[in-house]
Amino acid sequence: MSTSSTDTRAGHFGQFGGRYVPEALIGALDELEIAHNAAQKDPEFLAELAHLHKTYSGRPSILTEAKRFAEHAGGARIIFKREDLNHTGSHKINNVLGQALLAKRSGKKRIIAETGAGQHGVASATAAALMGLECVVYMGEEDTKRQSLNVARMKLLGAEVVAVTTGSRTLKDAINEAMRDWVTTVETTNYIFGTVAGPHPFPTMVRDFQKIIGEEARAQVLELTGKLPDAVLACVGGGSNAIGIFYDFIKDANVRLIGLEAGGDGVETGRHAATITGGTPGVLHGARSYLLQDENGQTVESHSISAGLDYPGVGPEHAYLSEIGRTEYRAITDAEAMYAFSLLCKTEGIIPAIETAHALAGALQIGRELGKDATLLINLSGRGDKDVQTAAEYFGIPL
Amino acid sequence: MSTQLDQLFEKTRSENRAALIAYIPAGYPTQEGCKAVIDAFADAGVDAIEIGFPYSDPVMDGPTIAEAANTSLMAGTGAKEVFEALAYATSRGIPSVVMTYWNPIEKYGAQKFADSIASNSGSGVITPDLPVDEAQPWKSASQSSGINSIFVVAPSTTDKRLEKVTAQCSGFVYAASLMGVTGARSGISSGAKDLVQRIKKVTKVPVAVGLGVSTREHAKEVAAYADGVIVGSAFINALNSAGSLESGIKAVRTLVEQLALGVREGRA
Repeated sequence: MSTSSTDTRAGHFGQFGGRYVPEALIGALDELEIAHNAAQKDPEFLAELAHLHKTYSGRPSILTEAKRFAEHAGGARIIFKREDLNHTGSHKINNVLGQALLAKRSGKKRIIAETGAGQHGVASATAAALMGLECVVYMGEEDTKRQSLNVARMKLLGAEVVAVTTGSRTLKDAINEAMRDWVTTVETTNYIFGTVAGPHPFPTMVRDFQKIIGEEARAQVLELTGKLPDAVLACVGGGSNAIGIFYDFIKDANVRLIGLEAGGDGVETGRHAATITGGTPGVLHGARSYLLQDENGQTVESHSISAGLDYPGVGPEHAYLSEIGRTEYRAITDAEAMYAFSLLCKTEGIIPAIETAHALAGALQIGRELGKDATLLINLSGRGDKDVQTAAEYFGIPL
Repeated sequence: MSTQLDQLFEKTRSENRAALIAYIPAGYPTQEGCKAVIDAFADAGVDAIEIGFPYSDPVMDGPTIAEAANTSLMAGTGAKEVFEALAYATSRGIPSVVMTYWNPIEKYGAQKFADSIASNSGSGVITPDLPVDEAQPWKSASQSSGINSIFVVAPSTTDKRLEKVTAQCSGFVYAASLMGVTGARSGISSGAKDLVQRIKKVTKVPVAVGLGVSTREHAKEVAAYADGVIVGSAFINALNSAGSLESGIKAVRTLVEQLALGVREGRA
């Protein structure tokens, strides 16, 4: 049974989603689906999760109106949903607390996770420490270099970090390696997937744990402004923070839902990670969705200054929402994202994650298009502490 | 309609032995080297050949095959080279199939892929990441081309699901000997025999065991209860540890001869 309004057949979103995994994992995915569906209806589970949100990760996250930043966005009213203020610094904790609680309820002693920027890895390591679970995080070797601070954080939290040296040594390869681990250890281990991609039930489950962002934000915006926003914006890599803030607005047909993908050097250069904007339908990491692939169906390497968006796939629900025209996607280049990053630092005193800076660059565009009467709600999905080194190098600040 | 693979299992059953099935990724170690491996397979006693379609994200494969596939991919192997290797294997008179992850089939077009298998005299396709729940388009395509659709089952597959999966299998059922990825191992998991026995209760389709089989002793052990013995990583290891292609081919040939004895000893 599914809780989704857009699931067209269990685990599918139109022609997208499903399960394309080795048979060995089918039993574990079935088990996970049953556990998740039961937990979503179990008042005890929901109360335990709500208690953790309130007393551990800091929910509800607040809204911040960005008046000085808005001057650069055509004067539109700009409102941030501050997921960057969550414990561990991003929206990732919402999902991880839910899945780690599920693992505990299922009697699993070990969790594994993949991570790109390291935010999901840090969140997983945090939840594992909190709940007394063993934690192994797979991270592409390339990303362990780009995000060395997060590697240290995971180790401090007691997790083992495995640097993955296969393929492009980034997030996609970390997922492959985590899947290989899981095929072997499935009896004792839960795989805590970090985004709304992967085989069913992950896209639905992660969405269910992230939709709290939009549920809170919708009520908060109504209270603050007395009306719904004209557009809701979020960056999209795999798409979990975007689904999280979009989901409760899907029913509000007049609210535009806009995902900002990583355009890298520009979609036309081929060096990008804008999967919906520049990709084609196919299967990667267990689900049918859009992906970056060549004429033989081989996954093509993605490129982005943001490790967290540097992924050649995207969640199947995004692919479906895009296909039916409910959501829109645009690509933001590295340069546009870094401009918005710097602007937010200097106008609002907030250092955002570089992932989030893509949504901010989108806000500058959409704000100018819609003008000063428009209200934009932007998911400020993560903070930029982890990106200080990358940003300093980018802007030529000596360290 | 009966494929060469179907006929092979009729023959090995009548000889009261298991079939030896050998795997090599297309284009490995090189395009020409792959043909030399296929020749060694054919000359030294392999009963059926699996041509691997190298793929960028092989989650079912351990390091040996994953790295070999990557080497082949870097050298430019694609669908064309896969079908060339298949045609070469079948031209040697050996029943042959392609083993591929799903996305290369989807990208090529399911019906076109099945037709190309048939037109190169291939017997079928093994699809390790395509659960039967998603397999309807592929089943239709393979049936219309008259080729075998071979699905993988694992020790974790329930009896109820075994019925469902094996009902979609033809040629053989690929039984994964253990919960894990491909790669040579020191012994055969005890779970393999249990799995094969559970499969045999629900289907008459032949059952072949893969994952971790690498020696004559392993082959003998598996041949006692299964219709086919699948070996892959061990051949790649033999090629990789040799100093030259020539000595690697010689090592492959020796290993095939040993394994061919093993599949005949199991029921002695």
